[in-house]
Amino acid sequence: MAIVKFSKKEFEKHIRLTKQIEEKISMFGTPLESISKDEVIIEVFPNRPDLLSLEGYIRSFLAFLGKKPGLKQYILNKPLKNYEVRIHKSVSDVRPYTVCAIIKDLKFDDEKIKEVVDIQEKIHNTLGRNRKKIAIGIYPLEKITLPIRYEARKPQDINFMPLEATKEMTGIEILQKHPAGREYAYLLQGKKKFPIFIDADNEILSMPPIINSHKTGKITTQTKDIFIECSGFNLDILKKTLNILITMFADMQGTIYQMKLFYNKKNPEITPNLQPEKIKININNINKLLGLNIQEPEFKKLIEKMGYDYKNQNVLVPSWRTDILHEVDIAEDIAIAYGYENFKPEIPKISTIGQENRKEILKRNISQILAGMNMLEVSTHHLLTKQDLKKANQRSKIEVEKSKTDYNFLRQTLFPSIMKVLGDNIDSEYPQHIFEIGKVFQINDKGKEETGIKESEHLIIAYGPSNFTEIKQILEYFEKMLNLKFNIEETAKQGFIDGRTAKILINKKEVGILGEIHPTFLKNFHIKMPISILEINLEKIFDLL
Amino acid sequence: MTKEKKREKKRDAQIQDLLIRLSPLEREILPFLELRNAMKISSQSQQSLTSVKRALQFLSSKNLVILHLKKKKVVKLDDNGVIYLQNHLPERRLLDIVVRNKPMSFQEAQKQSNLSKDEFTISLGVLKKKALINIAIGKITFKGIREQASKMMLEEKFLKALPIDLEKLTAEQKLSLQNLKLRKQIIKIDEVTTLTFDITDLGTTVLQSLSKIKKLDLIEELTPEIIKKSSWRGKKFRKYDINSKAPDIHGGKRHFTNQAIDYARRIWLDLGFQEMTGPFTQTAFWNFDALFTAQDHPVREMQDTFYIKDKEGKLPDKKIVKEVKKAHEQGTQDSKGWQYQWQEKEAKKIILRTHTTCLSAKTLAKLKDKKINKQGKFFALGKCFRNETVDWSHGFEFNQTEGIVIDKNANFCHLLGYLKEFYSKMGFKTIRFAPAYFPYTEPSVEISTWNEKKKVWLELGGAGIFRPEVVIPLLGEFIPVLAWGPGFDRAIMDYYHIKDLRELYQNNITKLRKIKFWLK
Repeated sequence: MAIVKFSKKEFEKHIRLTKQIEEKISMFGTPLESISKDEVIIEVFPNRPDLLSLEGYIRSFLAFLGKKPGLKQYILNKPLKNYEVRIHKSVSDVRPYTVCAIIKDLKFDDEKIKEVVDIQEKIHNTLGRNRKKIAIGIYPLEKITLPIRYEARKPQDINFMPLEATKEMTGIEILQKHPAGREYAYLLQGKKKFPIFIDADNEILSMPPIINSHKTGKITTQTKDIFIECSGFNLDILKKTLNILITMFADMQGTIYQMKLFYNKKNPEITPNLQPEKIKININNINKLLGLNIQEPEFKKLIEKMGYDYKNQNVLVPSWRTDILHEVDIAEDIAIAYGYENFKPEIPKISTIGQENRKEILKRNISQILAGMNMLEVSTHHLLTKQDLKKANQRSKIEVEKSKTDYNFLRQTLFPSIMKVLGDNIDSEYPQHIFEIGKVFQINDKGKEETGIKESEHLIIAYGPSNFTEIKQILEYFEKMLNLKFNIEETAKQGFIDGRTAKILINKKEVGILGEIHPTFLKNFHIKMPISILEINLEKIFDLL
Repeated sequence: MTKEKKREKKRDAQIQDLLIRLSPLEREILPFLELRNAMKISSQSQQSLTSVKRALQFLSSKNLVILHLKKKKVVKLDDNGVIYLQNHLPERRLLDIVVRNKPMSFQEAQKQSNLSKDEFTISLGVLKKKALINIAIGKITFKGIREQASKMMLEEKFLKALPIDLEKLTAEQKLSLQNLKLRKQIIKIDEVTTLTFDITDLGTTVLQSLSKIKKLDLIEELTPEIIKKSSWRGKKFRKYDINSKAPDIHGGKRHFTNQAIDYARRIWLDLGFQEMTGPFTQTAFWNFDALFTAQDHPVREMQDTFYIKDKEGKLPDKKIVKEVKKAHEQGTQDSKGWQYQWQEKEAKKIILRTHTTCLSAKTLAKLKDKKINKQGKFFALGKCFRNETVDWSHGFEFNQTEGIVIDKNANFCHLLGYLKEFYSKMGFKTIRFAPAYFPYTEPSVEISTWNEKKKVWLELGGAGIFRPEVVIPLLGEFIPVLAWGPGFDRAIMDYYHIKDLRELYQNNITKLRKIKFWLK
């Protein structure tokens, strides 16, 4: 998910913002976050990196508004002399692919430069998965000498001054000392050789996916022509990324030139390539999925609003769309063009029989019995802090990784949770009669659970101020209401007072515990009242009910 | 009858009515009202001060007296103050030692004066400030005039004089207050309310009929005895003050979130849905992989999802795993998939479910074995977990309401239909469907509701039709599966006037007792 800010001034050069247009922005699939004095802020979903730039957005949105429908055409100029990139086979182990282009006749001011850096960063972070899948490099053509080589070298043999540095550094030094190097070092971890782009004068342009050269890899307001490359692991996605970028530059009035990429000596691959992909479409399928009944002419009109062309039952997909994997993706674009607000919500008149889960029914009924006894239900977190567990003298074996809060452990009983509630409520009026039904977690490696963790529904009741007799009364009432036969047996249990604690048994199997809480534990939770507690593992009685 | 007589009669009737409204307590203190002082009334009438105050309160609401409540602040001794008053202030104890001895070390002085470390440090500071001692090379020397050392310090005088009204402090006392206030529990400032009152004209009139009052034989509480003996006959029931505040009582009830959850479950059941339940801990396979969420998708990162430490789970049936792997790597049928190498290890990780959609995936996989009629309507409503910091609109635990409809003829309009019906029953009349994105649905939709107060669309949650890459591996063929999984908690905030989601898990008993019932 990316939040994108467009200059309101630039936006309004193409489309004037009205209430109606604002609504359309959200209905186009880019939720409008806000409009301020200078900015239009929208959300772009991860499936549409082509909308991250103002140019890309305006292009698609103008089509959507019906102002410039259909697939936008761009002129690609054939490679000029030396517009070549030679890919050495040494990169195949580290970062095997690159696609490149040259754009001429651009005008950069500070704002445009910022915009270009911005879109690069956005693509890196989203589609590029933090430069892992895609790294983009843009270079001023006037500073470099064509043709370019893409090769991998031992890091100690790489030597250049990276951006934001003051002296030349080796590949190793960059990863260890340069801020960008440190941040992305993991992407080259364990590689014997690092990839570089290098020009005909043996000047290193960059070391992808880490950093560009200070000398040859920085766009300025003097720059008119640029060399652009995308490197990564999947040729298909790289080509689309390049297309997103070059069409953006073309919309900035740049002239696009193709380059010859020599992966082998003989047959160069020519990039960029804006050839749209053809997908054969069955309009019936789409109608069926969407619950519509549109005919071919309307279909054509709708698909053109989404920036596609349509010819002879084939949809021509813009070569910068990364998200069209299947006919259903086209169906969604038809739905957007049709307007989500124009669909008629409908419930099919087919009868089915509702069915509630049996445990849920029992839990609900048990809650009702307890509420009828004037108890208040509480609802606590399943995760506990180390502190909570310590106070209850418990240790959990199930811990989550890197929690953003102190809540790190899955609870094993409801005891710490309910004690915490009582401790937090010493200023609320007494008597306090509370209960909770909730899940507890136990390691059970040999069980049938695919996770090795057994989850059980427990019930806990806490009365304060209260004593053993009172909590026993509750158990006995409960027993009658559920038509069960509990036995109790004196036991010793941490947290409870000896001689006032009992196991609850059904058919000689332990199902729970009840008793008075020991003052040590009351103190741990800052509770000032005598408390008695009853905790039952409901899983052991569900089948008896 | 003259007008005047009429008026007089009316007045008599009024007074008569007033008299039979007087509670026993009020009647008890009426004769002592002239004392004009609650304390004195208490001692004379032998009623506790609280009872007298309560009676005065009653009389005031009957307009017989006018109460004047005056609040004032009084400086009093706190716990340590009481002790120091008896055993002397620490600085006095230290001074006494220092005066009597030659220059002495800190250790020695502390030991002899028998002060705690804190007390000793403070005392040193105080005495130094008063220029009574010198500290040099770690030794303490007395520096003043010996005769003066025994004079009472300001603070000592002050403690002796307490309690004093805050307003009446002298300049010297104020200084002492400032010094002592900073120290631990020596003094405290309490707010004291004094109660005085005036008798109204009506009150005076009533007092004139004191003899009548004494003769009144009213029935107070109706007892079984009175009923049995019919002794109420010919007597009057004392009239109660029906406006006086009755003490609060609290009923037992379910947690307000669970009341709402039960209602929502009812909606789905009424619409003919079967309930799905399942564990909170799941393998990443069911939570992500089966839902066509690429293994490098950002939602799978630890900063968004809770992974269980040092545990690995088991994958289901090999066939399903193979199909899911294929969907990710190269797609199903006409799809291209995500084109990367799918790792079993990643799918075996155990997580706290980030959505109930994992239950839907499992339900689909179970239907695979059904040869004919792969269809059904299922719902779930339960807890989900995300590794989030906690703020007003996010928590690491939340409830989600899940649903799937599996049917050859299901379409997008039906999806919107079910959602509209559900939200309408939840009380949201104006809702908007807008395009959205989820890795496992296409088309996808975001449901928002119009918030009249804030004049904005508030997002309620997402839905869509499962992608073929989700359905085919699980079900064996592509059948439209309508699916939704909006968060639930946000949908009940308005009803309960909750502005902060944290309140759902706060368990403040006072608030839980007061919050209204779910009445839909």
